[in-house]
Amino acid sequence: MLEYGTKIVAGITPGRGGAQTHGVPVYDTVEEALEKHEAEASILFVPAPFALDAALEALDGELKTIVIITEGMPIRDAMELMAQAEQHDAKVIGPNCPGVIAVGECKLGIMPTQIFKRGVVGLASRSGTLTYEVAAAISRGGFGISTCVGIGGDPIIGLSFVDMLKRFEEDTSTKAVVLLGEIGGDLEERAAKYIAENGYSKPVAAYIAGRSAVTGKRMGHAGAIIHGTAGTAQSKIEAFKQAAVKVAETPGEIAEIIGELLR
Amino acid sequence: MNLLEFEGKEIFSKYGIPIPRGEVVSSSLQAQRTVERLGCSVVLKAQVAAGGRGKSGGILFAETPYGAAQTAEKLLGSEIRGFNVRKVLVEGKLRIKKELYFGVTVDRSSRCYAALASREGGTDIEEVVASAPEKVVRFLINPLYGFRVHHARRIAKSLGYSGEQMASLSTIFLSLYTLVVEQDAEMAEINPLVETVEGSFIAADARMVVDDNALFRHPEFKERLFSEERDPLSPEELEARKAGLAYVKLEGDIGVIGNGAGLTMATLDMIRLKEGAPANFLDLGGGASSEAISSALNLVFSDSKVRAVLVNILGGITQCDEVARGIVEVKQQIGFRKPIVVRLMGTNEEEGRRILREAGVEVLESLEAVAERAVQMARGN
Repeated sequence: MLEYGTKIVAGITPGRGGAQTHGVPVYDTVEEALEKHEAEASILFVPAPFALDAALEALDGELKTIVIITEGMPIRDAMELMAQAEQHDAKVIGPNCPGVIAVGECKLGIMPTQIFKRGVVGLASRSGTLTYEVAAAISRGGFGISTCVGIGGDPIIGLSFVDMLKRFEEDTSTKAVVLLGEIGGDLEERAAKYIAENGYSKPVAAYIAGRSAVTGKRMGHAGAIIHGTAGTAQSKIEAFKQAAVKVAETPGEIAEIIGELLR
Repeated sequence: MNLLEFEGKEIFSKYGIPIPRGEVVSSSLQAQRTVERLGCSVVLKAQVAAGGRGKSGGILFAETPYGAAQTAEKLLGSEIRGFNVRKVLVEGKLRIKKELYFGVTVDRSSRCYAALASREGGTDIEEVVASAPEKVVRFLINPLYGFRVHHARRIAKSLGYSGEQMASLSTIFLSLYTLVVEQDAEMAEINPLVETVEGSFIAADARMVVDDNALFRHPEFKERLFSEERDPLSPEELEARKAGLAYVKLEGDIGVIGNGAGLTMATLDMIRLKEGAPANFLDLGGGASSEAISSALNLVFSDSKVRAVLVNILGGITQCDEVARGIVEVKQQIGFRKPIVVRLMGTNEEEGRRILREAGVEVLESLEAVAERAVQMARGN
């Protein structure tokens, strides 16, 4: 992240205050760090059992953007965190996500930077490596990415696809939006509903992973599970089609669709 | 993690929720003894983590100790909804005036718990929500404020109860919420919550699912993770669970290993698109180390239906050359039991592909190409 130009001013690791890593000073608490430095965002790599506490500490320090890479956060902890974040008027990205990258400007995440060429496509995804697959295809197609946000693979996450659609609509560098969804929950259906009811000023394309999934079995991500008939890939694909959003059959096809939509 | 009915009832009881008198048994003799002790007619319920047991013959009745022994004999060792019945819950029959529904469950889109209540108990609550939503009370619980006694009272009133019955019901509602929070449950439901002819309330059934991500703080649940009664696990899935691998067995003959859940799901979908049939889902997650790849390959090879294996690695932090070395190590040490094709992309991809080619391992660049190749291999080409 430092190589990319992100201004990381401090690291927090309780018990290792006073150390240094890659030239960045380490502190025991957020409070101490904020006495010496100014900051507005935080990225957490804290193990699941301690993620809630670390995130609450960041909120206490009035940090307004909190990216949580951690996988395995208990649902109860995530629910408490989201409610607290709302109280503090802060945004949580994740948990269980690769982070966010504003291409060419700043990266708060773990995505490999070489595949992200600067461009006009806004990308919001529930996946990690699948996001890279699609980002690479879009970059190869010549369109590039404006901002990519991994919203996370857990059932309880900070930003929804609707939240991302709103942000991308306001973002002048973004000319088209790609949503990468998967089985479980109803974020995709809600996004489709939002587009159908409000209209959307930019072209949107989607890809949904998990057509081959079976009911009741968690497919890797904590949020990737079909309950009965709720949350199937088919239901999401259908919802998007009804909202006139093009759905790609393969991750590679997204670049072609974007090409058509931008012409 | 799904809890069995008797496990749920044990927990309910600890939290003060009334449950029927009874015992869980694993032999017909024990069933007989239980009925002798209870001295009344009983219901015998197969303890498996499946819904709709009644319709599948998993819930039977008996009037006498001997009758109970015979009925238990029938249930134990039988198969209900794909599960083997190893335990049966023997309970005194209730004198039912009304069957209610009450549950607390995670509402994903609202990002909080929701309490659901209805006078239409004893049926599938999803069906009631779909066909007659006005018959279901849904109350979103603010994570910071919680579910309070006055919320519970209001729900009890909306179900048509007042006075002492309102008080007993609201105590039960509050207890269920408390246990859901303290036990890190994704959901817990009492269906039916029985109003007896005497006017008291009893939890006739208990369904509870504990959040897998919270098991680290519930060691008593963690040890139960490997029992077959709660999930129909295939032998491979049981192995995978022990090794901590995210693995789901499917019907086909092309083994799949990927790094990343979304990527792996997309790989399965691509195989289907190319008219192949995936044999499994296996996500290595962030750990594409030699050990992980070795365990994964062994697991996939152990599925006798597998005719070809597709490994799809997209390396971000994970380095492609390291992954390649890991795969080659497996080849050299134990050999590949089935043909493999690898797709490698990302950090150090050129070096990684070179290492694989030199070791005689097929490697391709695109997801489409590798899926096509795997389908070909499975057909014997």
